[in-house]
Amino acid sequence: MEEATRRPEVELVPIDSRKLTLRPDEEPELDLLLDREISQSRALHVLQLLQNSGVECINRYDMVRICGDKVFTSKALNDAGVPTPAVKVAFTRESALAVIEEMGYPVVLKPVDGSWGRLIAKIENRNAAEAILEHKSYLSSYYHSIFYIQEYIHKPDRDIRAYVLGDETICATYRTSEQWLTNVARGGKAINCPVTPELEKICSKAAEAVGGGSMAVDLMETPDGYTVHEINCAMEFKGSMQAVDVNIPQRILDYCVQKVK
Amino acid sequence: MIKCKECGSEIVLPNDVVENEIIDCEACGIELEVVSLDPLEVDLAPEEQEDWGE
Repeated sequence: MEEATRRPEVELVPIDSRKLTLRPDEEPELDLLLDREISQSRALHVLQLLQNSGVECINRYDMVRICGDKVFTSKALNDAGVPTPAVKVAFTRESALAVIEEMGYPVVLKPVDGSWGRLIAKIENRNAAEAILEHKSYLSSYYHSIFYIQEYIHKPDRDIRAYVLGDETICATYRTSEQWLTNVARGGKAINCPVTPELEKICSKAAEAVGGGSMAVDLMETPDGYTVHEINCAMEFKGSMQAVDVNIPQRILDYCVQKVK
Repeated sequence: MIKCKECGSEIVLPNDVVENEIIDCEACGIELEVVSLDPLEVDLAPEEQEDWGE
């Protein structure tokens, strides 16, 4: 928002979804909607209405739908030939346990939606698997009955977050942590990561796989190269701003202005 | 200067604070939302929901 005040060509109209009401036949006078909504369900409904009323949206509904669901993201990455961790999806506790036993320990169990490393479990043995699956069965959300089970990647104590706008990877950070989860929201620290041609190539391919736009691509390093494990469609960058010499909000605005022209 | 809704500590807001900005109370750590600039008012920030994220 601060960056927008420095741009005379940009009139920023903040929209608070808590106060927003929309009709399906409404055609708001917006040149472009930059989705910074924190709630995935609100974002999808607003995007569906506005995009179909002719408003240019960053990002587009289909892209947000894919990135907001880890199963859809894995499918899109697999179909595009982007290296990504092996995943199996199950829909009952029993089948989830069978899949976990088949994959071998450790495995990672994730909710299909959600963010910031929330409710992600590294499962080391059968006892833990049974306990966590039972706990999940008592959680209220329907989504907890969809079990997204991912192979555990043995990696350095860091992963990579790359910021992509269109077909350009504008910067990247290593996120390090003493814990296996490196999310900045969980105390992970960000330091600059050079954008090499190899990194740029896989990020562009991953971005294209989910429909393109503005996003943060999360990758891990393996002996065989990078693997993409997540794509964030409403990327947060506060934790990376001190680490990189790129003005990320400025570049996002540049991207939006370019889209309107 | 404004008082934390949770612990009552005084909080100095940055000059460029904007409406709906989330700030932390350094004394108790709670997140507050700036709900109005004139008059200056803060309230407890909304609790994290399951579908929140990036």
